[in-house]
Amino acid sequence: MTVSRTTSYAGIAVVVAVLPLLLDPYWTDVFVSIGLYSVLALSLNIILGQAGLFHMGHAAFYAVGAYVTAIANTMWGVPVLWAMPFAGLAAALFAMVVARPIIHLRGDYLLIVTIGIVEIVRIALINNVFGLTGGANGIFGISRPMLFGFKIAKPVHFYYLVWAYVACSILLFRRLENSRFGRALNYIKEDDTAAEGSGVNTASYKLWAFVLGAFWAGMTGTIYAAKMTIISPESFSFWESVVLFAIVILGGGSNRGVLLGAFLLIGLPEFFREFASARMLAFGLAMVVMMIFRPQGMLPPMPRFYKLPERIRCITGKGGDAAAQAGGGA
Amino acid sequence: MEEFFQQLTNGLAVGGIYALIALGYTMVYGVLKLINFAHGDLFTIGAYLGFTLFTAFGLAGWVSGPGGVLLVLVMVMGLVALIGFLLERVAYRPLRSSSRLSAVVSALGASIFFQNAVMLIYGAKFQVYPNDIRPSYVLSIMGIDVPLVRIMMIAASLGLMLALYWFTQRTRIGAAIRATAIDQGAAKLMGIDVNRVISLVFMIGPALGGVAGVMVGLYYGQVDFTMGWVYGLKAFTAAILGGIGNIPGAMVGGLLLGVIEALGAAYISIAWKDAIAFLVLILILIIRPTGLLGERVADKI
Amino acid sequence: MSLLALRNLTKTFGGLVAVNNVTFDVAEGAIVGLIGPNGAGKTTVFNLITGNYKPDSGDIFFDGRTIKGLPTHRIVQQGIARTFQTIRLFQNMSVIENALAGCHCRMQSGMLSAMLRTPAQRAEEQRALLRATRELEFVGLADEHANLAKNLSYGNQRLLEIARALATDPRFIILDEPAGGMNDQETAALIDTIRAIRDRGITVLLIEHDMSLVMKVCEKLVVLEYGALLAEGVPAAIKDDPRVIEAYLGADTDD
Repeated sequence: MTVSRTTSYAGIAVVVAVLPLLLDPYWTDVFVSIGLYSVLALSLNIILGQAGLFHMGHAAFYAVGAYVTAIANTMWGVPVLWAMPFAGLAAALFAMVVARPIIHLRGDYLLIVTIGIVEIVRIALINNVFGLTGGANGIFGISRPMLFGFKIAKPVHFYYLVWAYVACSILLFRRLENSRFGRALNYIKEDDTAAEGSGVNTASYKLWAFVLGAFWAGMTGTIYAAKMTIISPESFSFWESVVLFAIVILGGGSNRGVLLGAFLLIGLPEFFREFASARMLAFGLAMVVMMIFRPQGMLPPMPRFYKLPERIRCITGKGGDAAAQAGGGA
Repeated sequence: MEEFFQQLTNGLAVGGIYALIALGYTMVYGVLKLINFAHGDLFTIGAYLGFTLFTAFGLAGWVSGPGGVLLVLVMVMGLVALIGFLLERVAYRPLRSSSRLSAVVSALGASIFFQNAVMLIYGAKFQVYPNDIRPSYVLSIMGIDVPLVRIMMIAASLGLMLALYWFTQRTRIGAAIRATAIDQGAAKLMGIDVNRVISLVFMIGPALGGVAGVMVGLYYGQVDFTMGWVYGLKAFTAAILGGIGNIPGAMVGGLLLGVIEALGAAYISIAWKDAIAFLVLILILIIRPTGLLGERVADKI
Repeated sequence: MSLLALRNLTKTFGGLVAVNNVTFDVAEGAIVGLIGPNGAGKTTVFNLITGNYKPDSGDIFFDGRTIKGLPTHRIVQQGIARTFQTIRLFQNMSVIENALAGCHCRMQSGMLSAMLRTPAQRAEEQRALLRATRELEFVGLADEHANLAKNLSYGNQRLLEIARALATDPRFIILDEPAGGMNDQETAALIDTIRAIRDRGITVLLIEHDMSLVMKVCEKLVVLEYGALLAEGVPAAIKDDPRVIEAYLGADTDD
């Protein structure tokens, strides 16, 4: 089980590493987008896929990160990559403030409220809140990131930056999933009441799922701002949140599923550019068809594998029989 | 005072539209626990079908005045009901036993499909409703001028809402719908054909949405292919505001949202109009987590 | 001394008085049965103890301190574990993960240590896994550890609920109809398991409709009717109490 998972990741890694050698700048750019959406969807997956919280406003956190980066860079001259942790923290703080009063809402009520939040954020950006966001035109002139004295400017540079970020994110998220924290989120998704009754502080974990997802989305906002050098409110509309939501559900909730979902929803339409408007028609139809034939998503998460400690001694006589029969089979 | 009254009636007119669309969301949610994200686009389709019927066949000229409009409304209702029926059959019925989230994504896919289908057929530009079918008469109520079309809008949406309320409360089929919403399994055991009830709900909801589309076309004089997103989101907000699954809740939520928006735009800031609507929603849900008229379901443990 | 003490506990839902001024004690190390006709408010009492519902009035003391108003997970942390009448397992997760859920409240590591996979975090995971395995062995489900909870038989699902509760390292365990849906053989084994739980030093409070089980295993019974305390005492006395017989068999026609 773990072997196949490791090999599939190794396979993906090799493909990702050599891909830019075969691509022109346009397609490299497409893959940069796929990478960005992948990280965003991975961070949404913590909230939606792992904890099962209906969240359709992830673009709000992404927007906070991107705008913090843009403001810090253009107004105060903070180097872009230095702004990254602050962008993440700002988004996390924002999530903590807005999620706390709504965390107890059930499924669909939470869904509309998160949609509301993303809309409020977008409108606030258009209305130039605090005189910092530049209104509907947004902010331009964001500088390119410097990494160890190397200027990241070409699509291929961004390609490696973004995919290295994807790789780090997957590594960390995988560890998180296979931990007390990850399990707690799954318990909440499966049965909120039973989780609380088993001693899990459900309210706190839900909030932390939001905060962590927002932190990552905020940091991704930094890279987006650096790549585009110009950001505007329309980049963070409800539509973006919908796409991310669909990536997670179509993918099935596993990390590999998210990568596949991002490729299908962001990359695949690019292959059909010549069909222009009809391609979105097919896109919508494909979403319906895919859900009908794979309602659980393309790659649902595999069950976690536990290596049980050897069963040598037992607490009671009764358990002893069971253990003796098992014969240390694990 | 005059300004307030104008905004109030305008808010009620728009709120009536929201309410009619919200009814579609809330009825479908009631029987399937599904948010039909394509519902807003059925509203768009209604608006465009109305445009086609008014212009291409020149019905307005053929049957002049209110009769023509009424005929178009009935035809649009029938056509959009048919599309709603097909939508449920194709996109939702196969997912009935799957997780609710996969049905949501299927709904989003259907929404994208409809929106782009409308764009491919009618073009990306907005379409103008013929303005001779729209009554231009202005009523004077206590010295305040109110366009007749606005009064007619309010009356029409209220009339439809009352009719629907009567239908669900007083008829056998209405009782079947309510029973299915409460407990599908029990309804089935009592001999209710649940599949037929669901199909019916997927015809009534879209029919009301389609009518709302034509009404928007008549009121504002133009329609565009993305309008379903905006109105759909607002109507969904209204349904949640009233307590989703609850029919009177959708009516109250829709009218309230329309009025809040109109007054908010007039007295607070027009630029923040949409934000005000959502802010009110969030505040209400913080105080009443299941909406204004939604039942508070105690967790059965 | 009593480990759990309920004092004048009252809970109403709308107009319905579900629990009416109930007072009783559970001594440390005892096995106590809470019985009564359907709708007598037994499960509501459980939900009040575990903090799923907040009482309207009255108080609940655990080991001498009030636990009224604490959130459920804090009550679990204090040492009160429970099972659910309508089985509430994490159906799509494996048996071992269900048991691990109980270990959660005895663990420390958070988000950061999991991402960094610190030695302390890994050691803690191992300890939890050991504990969870031990509890599965205790109820006899160790061989099923990799199965999904939903694929277990009904009786085994009940046992898994017990294992999950035991993994929280409780001093007090509340079992809500543990024999529900079990066959005679499974019920007989369950009696041994309940006694074994007590022998580990854990106090047991249970709701059960299977009277033969209750009479065999409980040392004290508390009888509820219409939300109020009807009687309490040793099983032999309760069995012959005319009020209890009346409550169960229905009143005579002359009332």
